[in-house]
Amino acid sequence: MNYMLRSRWWSFGFRSAIMLYFIILIVLPILGVYTQSFSLGWAPFWESVSDPLAWKAVLLTIRLALIATVINVLIGTMIGWVLIRYRFFGRRILNSLVDLPFALPTAVGGLMILLLLGPGSFVGDAAQRLGFEIVFHEPAIVIAMLFVTFPFVIRAVQPLLEEMDKAEEEAAYTLGASKAKTFLRVIFPTMLPGILSGAMLAFSRGLAEFGAVVLVAGNIPGKTLIASVYIFGEVESDNPQGAAAVSIILLTLSFLILWLLNVIQSRRSGV
Amino acid sequence: MHIEVSGLNKSFGDFHAVRDVSFSIEKGHLIGLLGPSGGGKTSILRMLAGLETPSSGDIVFHGKRVNDLPPQERGIGFVFQNYALFKHMTVYDNVAFGLKIKKFSKSQIRDRVMELVELTGLKGFEHRYPHQLSGGQRQRVAFARALAPEPQLLLLDEPFAAIDAKIRQELRTWLKEMIERVGITSIFVTHDQDEAIEVADEIMIINKGRLEQKGSPWDIYKSPQTQFVASFIGESTIVEDVSKLKGFEEAAGWPGAQALIRPEFIEVGKPGEFRLQSATEQGKVKHLHFRGSEWMVEVEVGSITLITYRSLEKEVLHPGDEVRVLVHRAYMFNQSDSWMMENRLKEDPMPIHI
Amino acid sequence: MKKLWITLTYAVFLVLLIAPLVRIFSGSWAEGWDGFIEALTRPQSLHALWMTFLIVIIVTALNTLFGVMLAIYLVRADWLGRRMKQLLNSIVDLPFAVSPVIGGLMIVLLLGPNTIIGTFFEDIGFKVVYAMPGMIIATLFVTFPMMVREVMPVLQEIGSQQEEAASTLGAYSWYTFWHVTWPSIRWGVIYGVVLTVARSMGEFGAVLVVSGNIINKTQTATTLVYQDVENFNIVAANSVALVLAAISIGLLLLMEWAKKRKEVH
Repeated sequence: MNYMLRSRWWSFGFRSAIMLYFIILIVLPILGVYTQSFSLGWAPFWESVSDPLAWKAVLLTIRLALIATVINVLIGTMIGWVLIRYRFFGRRILNSLVDLPFALPTAVGGLMILLLLGPGSFVGDAAQRLGFEIVFHEPAIVIAMLFVTFPFVIRAVQPLLEEMDKAEEEAAYTLGASKAKTFLRVIFPTMLPGILSGAMLAFSRGLAEFGAVVLVAGNIPGKTLIASVYIFGEVESDNPQGAAAVSIILLTLSFLILWLLNVIQSRRSGV
Repeated sequence: MHIEVSGLNKSFGDFHAVRDVSFSIEKGHLIGLLGPSGGGKTSILRMLAGLETPSSGDIVFHGKRVNDLPPQERGIGFVFQNYALFKHMTVYDNVAFGLKIKKFSKSQIRDRVMELVELTGLKGFEHRYPHQLSGGQRQRVAFARALAPEPQLLLLDEPFAAIDAKIRQELRTWLKEMIERVGITSIFVTHDQDEAIEVADEIMIINKGRLEQKGSPWDIYKSPQTQFVASFIGESTIVEDVSKLKGFEEAAGWPGAQALIRPEFIEVGKPGEFRLQSATEQGKVKHLHFRGSEWMVEVEVGSITLITYRSLEKEVLHPGDEVRVLVHRAYMFNQSDSWMMENRLKEDPMPIHI
Repeated sequence: MKKLWITLTYAVFLVLLIAPLVRIFSGSWAEGWDGFIEALTRPQSLHALWMTFLIVIIVTALNTLFGVMLAIYLVRADWLGRRMKQLLNSIVDLPFAVSPVIGGLMIVLLLGPNTIIGTFFEDIGFKVVYAMPGMIIATLFVTFPMMVREVMPVLQEIGSQQEEAASTLGAYSWYTFWHVTWPSIRWGVIYGVVLTVARSMGEFGAVLVVSGNIINKTQTATTLVYQDVENFNIVAANSVALVLAAISIGLLLLMEWAKKRKEVH
């Protein structure tokens, strides 16, 4: 009995320690940002957020992340489909390569884009001759976001396609549906939840991206300065309260997306 | 092991899974917990094992209260519904698991495992993994694993549920023999009445968390104490107004009472087949179903449809035939009571004394 | 039609993934083998790679330990109510939604030199922000969900019956964990480790904010790449990036391998 009592105390202490670690590591910092941004009251908060450079940075981030997400949905859906449904030379290698952006440090990713498209490179020069700029302009930011969020849609769509019973598709054919119609009415609805959740993950990651973007964006305030780089600048110039204020806009947005994603997923598993 | 359970309750949130269950089990008996799915049988079993904590009530093994004892210290063996074999271990290691924990020596473990492997007919399969075995073999491994540490009580949760109908029959007989040979007190859960009747020494019928009746299979069949038990065990037809049947007129004295009539309480046949014509009733054959060894007859008596069986030896009936129907007896139920009612007209009104 | 789709897929991979990868390889050879070696053997490169190595080891060890245990609690513990479990479960994902820069900012706000906790630690001679501990905490924060998210589904899939069977056979929790649970979750944990290593090695934003990026002191491999690029020292940046990219590809292969093993078992 004594032994049991002791082991009960042990397990109680143990689990409390784990929970405490968890709360301190994750919850406390997040609360910290929220309290800090309001630490001086509403007025300074409002001032930080309504600084044109700040809200321009936030809007720019949202706009570019949206563009990257749309492109991602298109190519991600296609690649997810091709990698699952077709058998061709190099399929396995390509499939492993999808995860590369997850494995690669984002700063390295940014450097790659800079080298490939930057001044002095073949593509960069060609583009310049044609009269438009890539690096240090918006296209480079979109490309950087695209690169780091590349796996999300693919990896969300693939399991759904794999799970899908081939018989469903065949049933549609026997009922007289054309290939296009079958895709639109049978296959696409199956993929849709994956596309949506992949897109949301990609969007929230795009909003948050820093490493890849900071190297290629040029970071001109009001033009190519995205939110996370703006926050970094505020921290560097010793204005943590301003950094926190912009942070919570970005954070709240991301949390909303995450929450939506949870709702979608729980509804899907509920059905 | 002698087991005494009193006032056992278990709630999961708002759901009251087990309500005030009390029973005692003699050493060496084989008990079947029978009832519909979701009725609380498995919860009772898991509380006996210590895998679930009772909300209230006492569980006593051998005169010692074990409520606070973890499963590790209860001296039980548990066979799970899906066997829960350790899938990364061979048959040998699965069976040896409990012995290793008890720190038996290597040679002791080998002797005991080989003994059980032989007993369960798994010789030659010791080095297979669970996924290389058939359902019946996995069940035997689960059984051997549970028996290895020599538990005092064996608990089996739906032991045959995951096995095909064909092998199930064979395994039932095997399990009953095996448990008798080992002589261990055992409790198994099932929702299949044939299984419970065939395997168990004693049956406990559980419905909606309550213990409805406990007794030998024959007792329960012969004298069910509640309507649920009567309708759950064996086949039967419920008749709303039994006073319309000949010989049961006095049932009108209990308004609201229902009758439950088993097929074997009823005889049908051509008029010449009955000795006591006066007790029979006019009926009409509605349907006939061939049941392999006999006919199942659906017969209409007035507005009541009754079901009975008829031997293949007797004259074949046809749908639409006019027949005589004799109802020997019926179980009567109302809100509070249950009793047996015999056909009054079966007593020969003019007995002939020789 | 099928041909067109496959060609398109190849094109996307070529442009988006393969071309940049090749470019990094060729870029670091721009000044030959000597240039590459020289860039790598600079004291700040060696120091930065050492820092990254330390952070990866410490963060991976801590996250594996706490991640596996938290996953077990979140899946198995009955003493946490269902609601509580759901809440904790969604909290686990929060770091995914937090921009790394903000993650770093949080640590600075909470433990920086101007805060109560920060001054307290500084007084006892323990510097958190702009030093190693802060960098580790920031990386821990960012990579925390990886392990939990890999292990939880595996635990859910294997169910608790095998563990219950072990307990009825007399095994206590520690023995049950090592002999019954661990063999089943092993490959999930290894996959989680690989992911955590990759992510903590590549972490940039959070570390940049917390570390202050001081050469030879708090500079990691990724922040060194950043600084080299800012200083237009492209060849040097390239060389360090090449090392990181090569490790990443190695990790990617490891991931593939772990994934396959995970599916077999």
